[in-house]
Amino acid sequence: MPHIDLPEGVPGIRGPMLYRPDTAQHMNELVSVLLHDEHTLSAGEREMIGAAVSRANECVYCSTIHASIAVHQLHAVEGARDLVESVLRDPLHAPVSDKLNALLVLALQVRKGGKEVTPEAVAHARSVGATDLEIHDAILIGASFCMFNRYVDGLATYTPDDPAVYDELGARRAAQGYRVGIT
Amino acid sequence: MAHITVPSGLPGITGLLESRLDTSAPIRDLTQFILRGPNTLTEGERELIATIVSAGNACTFCTNAHAATAARYGWTRDEVDAIVWDPTTAPVSDKVRHLLIMARALQRNVQGITADMVVAARKAGATDVEIHDTVLIASLFCLYNRYVDGLASDYPPSMDYYEKLADRLTTNGYERKGLPNASH
Repeated sequence: MPHIDLPEGVPGIRGPMLYRPDTAQHMNELVSVLLHDEHTLSAGEREMIGAAVSRANECVYCSTIHASIAVHQLHAVEGARDLVESVLRDPLHAPVSDKLNALLVLALQVRKGGKEVTPEAVAHARSVGATDLEIHDAILIGASFCMFNRYVDGLATYTPDDPAVYDELGARRAAQGYRVGIT
Repeated sequence: MAHITVPSGLPGITGLLESRLDTSAPIRDLTQFILRGPNTLTEGERELIATIVSAGNACTFCTNAHAATAARYGWTRDEVDAIVWDPTTAPVSDKVRHLLIMARALQRNVQGITADMVVAARKAGATDVEIHDTVLIASLFCLYNRYVDGLASDYPPSMDYYEKLADRLTTNGYERKGLPNASH
């Protein structure tokens, strides 16, 4: 049961976003820029970074929904579901590009703490082609999910068990993005 | 030196926010609303939550910035330091003490807030909105602290910098307006 009187039966972050809509629009704008808008990294790649950080933080709602969004963003990729599942299970050994692997390292380092990010990991990311913007965004995605995961679990929001709920929500978010508001 | 190129002469978060305006706008707007918007928690109480989380995350820049700012709202700097060191004996109201304890628990662990902590906060007079806002402020500073240290942003040249920053945060708040143009 949620710690505060959130709208009943509304999954995950959507509960507190409906409860305090003034804050929701800013969080949705941030996540739009980081995960959905045009970028040199695909939306699917960025969603996988968010899902991997959330899994490491043991936030079930965020890791499940962002994995679902990633699958839907990667719909044109053969075996997308297996790929996303492998990133969740073992992000640093998943069959992704060298660049995405290096960015996952940075996001998972910053999850543990800001000072955990090593100059070597940054230099490695650059050596496999990551730009300053991609390094910045991988670290900010990692840091942002340390906020979102705490917001969701700190209020003990409702976490549905039914995979179909995440599949349907993930499809919608992948298609519509995050600026549409909470529907 | 920072891991990426940021505008020079802007230490800590200030340079990072200038390096990517698309992401900094919603981060600034969220911060302005939750730390300076209408609230039954005072600005000083909300700055204490920001400070205790930053101190727990060992983020030097954010801790100094928000401790200096909190100290403008009725506590001495020594009192602020004592509060973030041990909120259980802090010279604050029972309600704020319980909110600070919750914030620290959440900083340490994503699932760190227990139902008992919430019950205790509510018993001390905290409303649902205050509990919500405490959780969001603590979560937001887990973002900030990691962003600032994760990109190895520069430290300011002296401690005086934090007092000037506190001047701005207590008058302009967290909005970008009034900020001098960044020089590269």
